[in-house]
Amino acid sequence: MSRLAEFIFRRRGRNGWHWTDIFTWVWLIGGLFIMFGPAVWLVGSSFKSPAALAEFPPSIMPYVTQKATIEGYDKPLDLYEVTMPDGSKKVLAEVRRIGIVSQMVSPEKPTEIVKVKIAERTPVRTMSFATSNYSEPFTHFDFVRYLWNSVFVTVTATLITLIVNSMAAFALSKYEFRGRTFAMLLILATLMVPLSVIMVPLYSIVSALGLFNNLWGVILPTVATPTGVFILRQYMLTIPDELIDAARMDKASEWQIYWRIILPLTAPALAVLAIFSVVWRWNDFLWPLIVLSRKELYTLQVGLSIYSGELNVQWHFILAMTVVTMIPVVLVFIFLQRFITTGIAGTGLK
Amino acid sequence: MKADVPKGSGSGLGETAMVPVRLAMAAIDAPLRFVQRRLGIGGMATFFLLPNMLIFGIFVLLPFFINFAYSMTGGTALFLPDRSFVGGDQYARLFDCANYADPNSCAEDTFWTAVGNTAWFVVLQVTLMILFSLVTALILNRDLMARSFWRAVFFFPVLLSPVVVGLIWKWILQRQGLLNFGLYGLGFEPYTWLNDRNWSFAATVGVSIWAHMGFYTLILLAGLQAIPKDLYEAAEMDGTRPARAFWRITLPLLMPNLLVVIVLVLIRAVQIFDEVYVLTGGGPGTSTLYITQYIYETGFATQLRNPGLAAAASILMGGVLVVLTLVQLGLGRKGEKKGARK
Amino acid sequence: MGHIKLTSVTKSFGAVDVLHDINLEIQDGEFVVFVGPSGCGKSTLLRMIAGLEKPTGGELSIDGKVVNDVPAADRGLAMVFQSYALYPHMSVRQNLAFGLENTRMPKAEIAERIAEAARMLEIEAYLERRPGQLSGGQRQRVAIGRAIVRRPVAFLLDEPLSNLDAELRGSTRAELAALHARLSATMIYVTHDQVEAMTLADRIVVLRAGRIEQIGTPLELYNRPANRFVAGFIGSPHMNFLEGTLEAAGSGTAVATLKGGHQLQVPIENRAFAAGAPITLGVRPQHITLDAGENSIPAKIRLVEALGSETVLHADVAGQKLLVVAPGQHDLAPGADIRLSLTAAPIHLFNDKGLRLERAV
Ligand SMILES: Nc1ncnc2c1ncn2[C@@H]1O[C@H](COP(=O)(O)OP(=O)(O)OP(=O)(O)O)[C@@H](O)[C@H]1O
Ligand SMILES: [Mg+2]
Repeated sequence: MSRLAEFIFRRRGRNGWHWTDIFTWVWLIGGLFIMFGPAVWLVGSSFKSPAALAEFPPSIMPYVTQKATIEGYDKPLDLYEVTMPDGSKKVLAEVRRIGIVSQMVSPEKPTEIVKVKIAERTPVRTMSFATSNYSEPFTHFDFVRYLWNSVFVTVTATLITLIVNSMAAFALSKYEFRGRTFAMLLILATLMVPLSVIMVPLYSIVSALGLFNNLWGVILPTVATPTGVFILRQYMLTIPDELIDAARMDKASEWQIYWRIILPLTAPALAVLAIFSVVWRWNDFLWPLIVLSRKELYTLQVGLSIYSGELNVQWHFILAMTVVTMIPVVLVFIFLQRFITTGIAGTGLK
Repeated sequence: MKADVPKGSGSGLGETAMVPVRLAMAAIDAPLRFVQRRLGIGGMATFFLLPNMLIFGIFVLLPFFINFAYSMTGGTALFLPDRSFVGGDQYARLFDCANYADPNSCAEDTFWTAVGNTAWFVVLQVTLMILFSLVTALILNRDLMARSFWRAVFFFPVLLSPVVVGLIWKWILQRQGLLNFGLYGLGFEPYTWLNDRNWSFAATVGVSIWAHMGFYTLILLAGLQAIPKDLYEAAEMDGTRPARAFWRITLPLLMPNLLVVIVLVLIRAVQIFDEVYVLTGGGPGTSTLYITQYIYETGFATQLRNPGLAAAASILMGGVLVVLTLVQLGLGRKGEKKGARK
Repeated sequence: MGHIKLTSVTKSFGAVDVLHDINLEIQDGEFVVFVGPSGCGKSTLLRMIAGLEKPTGGELSIDGKVVNDVPAADRGLAMVFQSYALYPHMSVRQNLAFGLENTRMPKAEIAERIAEAARMLEIEAYLERRPGQLSGGQRQRVAIGRAIVRRPVAFLLDEPLSNLDAELRGSTRAELAALHARLSATMIYVTHDQVEAMTLADRIVVLRAGRIEQIGTPLELYNRPANRFVAGFIGSPHMNFLEGTLEAAGSGTAVATLKGGHQLQVPIENRAFAAGAPITLGVRPQHITLDAGENSIPAKIRLVEALGSETVLHADVAGQKLLVVAPGQHDLAPGADIRLSLTAAPIHLFNDKGLRLERAV
């Protein structure tokens, strides 16, 4: 056991704990709570009923107060466990509360009112997951639409990105032509032109093309990513030129060379770009917010932000839908994190 | 990266799914062969480059250039031909100030408020971001058990969407939120943090660090791991104290990566928008109104929208970003040269 | 079918002239080998014939048709690359089929051709494997198979054996020769290994720095090298060159005086040299004998390489280095004085420009 502990808490100091060892573990454990805590809290909260959400102090787990329907009362009444004057405990239902005194009835004898000080009763609560937070937005609200819009934008934009960027990368890595360096520099220069700088004229161009309030207006401006061209080109440069010569001798057209030789061999880099593109497009916010003004066109991000900005925020739905919005990204994180981290470390792209 | 041979020939299902795609590709091959005969093999390069360049041209370069034209026109009309030429009036309006330190003395007071807020935000956020990600990278670079797990812990928020980040923290910082719950346990009264000018500003700084720190940590960690271990062994043999080894070995060798990170953080801090917009909406009042939100609201969101003014403001911001990017490129060049000499 | 003609072909990459004025005619069914030192332009010449590079000047024709502007795909040639250039993501079968599918050949015929080539090259056992799962020799066969199934007008091979180990190279060389005999197709083969050139070629084209130095059968090149470069390039170990001067001595003979004063009588046909002209005398190491007889040359041994069947002696003759290959085994040590005889050796004479002086015999 101590051997294991020794292994886990490998230290700098050969005898005893050096202050850096303590600092390291404080930082790591603190980081664990700060980084994961908020998301975990969000997920936990998303299963609470609106009443439980309004409670302060909040409970860790989603509880609801048990209710019982009692003869003579229309609405179901909250059940409480009450400590009686004689020290025994009883479960009573609250009829109404006046100041610090609660009027209660016993389910067995609905006619007899018992007065109890509120300090002497605690609600009878059971754990219950408010799955309606999830199911209702899907049936009563537009969330299915938003979800579909987001999926459509993400998938379409990623596919187009992969094709258009890989074609450009092929031209820039395997052909000699005048202006190649210029084209490459032009593409890299666009890294310096972020959306926030050109949103006004871009909006007018998208409108002029009739793409305002159109999902294609969200998709098209994003697909020619300079980073995508760049990483694909770097990768294609490692494919030997002789393969292309061989294919030309084999009577392949240039399109076939691209499609049947270059693309399959670039698969690892395409996978990295695909993952990034999915995350980028799924998370896009400002541009869809500008281009989409009709409710039925909102993507999840826009829909969520609009709903959360309303005066009367329905937090139970917002929280649940935030969790739904997180799911694809969390899946990417769990299964494909390795690709992403090596991609970032290798190219510094985000 | 190196071109590896993909393994396995794909599942049967994948193969069947590929059939229509393959047919489509075969179908467009015939017309493309015709194109190739007309253009020649070299001309096909143009063909492959065209779609990307077209999209670039229409959605990046064209807006970039007409942005200047927009900034010299006035009125609320959207399309350029419908707008009246006003010359440098928009810029004049932006710079019309009695005292630049006091936004209230300016014609366009929200612009200067946004500039001031952004400046404060950048200073604080960049400093703290660099500090936190450097410390985290140094810690992750130690001889840790399950290092990739810990790296993942700090990286996790990076992938979350800004909207989700904003909502998570809005939920935590609200009156019945987790933060007040924790403070309540320590005996404090619940407080609505996001209604407080200073606290909501602090929240935007903290939340943006929380969301992006993992990304920069990763770049710095890659830099740290590229430092040869034998340098430290040599230093230890010389009896160098760890603190000295950090200042004399780690920091100089990490400098290229660190500079890149600093500029990247700067560039992104200047453009901060998404998570803040969801978290505070720029409020309370204008206490967390940053420059991108100013541009967005001036150009799109307010009743009396003024695209010309928004364009002028965005060009000023673009100028700052270009300077920062050129600094980055310059530093990158210098870093490369250093690397070559090593 | 398979008649290739180059007329005044030149090639430049930008400002760099890589090939100068290449004139060459290759007959149908011929096995032609391009040899020359690294960087002399062999691959460039081959790729130009293939259609992968465009000539800068001159005319290139196949079967009487000018093909300067015909793309590689339409020239009806097949090429085997030095790195094999097998498509790594396709199985061997798909590699062989790819070129045929591109011509829209019926599936049955493709299968038939692949089966035939696989049988011929004995690669049937691994048709379903990927190139990455094959040994170097197997890959090499697949690369040749990919060319064979195409039934090309001519085969172009760019150093196809250079990635194989010595033993495999020997056996594959023999197989290639057999394959040529069997297919009786035109083959153009690039190598810088002169043994390959000598054993495979009907004719050898020797290139240097983008120019053709000599074209001829292997024995022509061996026996009558046109210049010092070809003489030194063909034959192993390379020919010895001794500096000296030449004086006329009666009709049809001359006297060569080597550095160090030794004199040799050489029969010579033309008199296209001035009296006392500086010359280079070339003699192959195998033709020098260890002989203390009349008119022998004194030499000092610097190094002895005993190979068993023969002994290679590195000797010093009046300050000039000389290689001698003596059959059998000899008990000699470095530093020993020996005497060498050139009387039985065919002597090659080259003038100060390195060009051959024709001898009478
Ligand atoms: N694409 C190119 N651009 C510029 N120069 C080139 C190009 N291809 C080849 N060269 C030059 O042309 C010359 C001939 O090259 P080539 O490949 O034909 O030589 P080689 O005889 O095949 O040599 P090796 O035996 O090493 O293969 C070399 O000096 C080379 O540097
Ligand atoms: Mg070559």
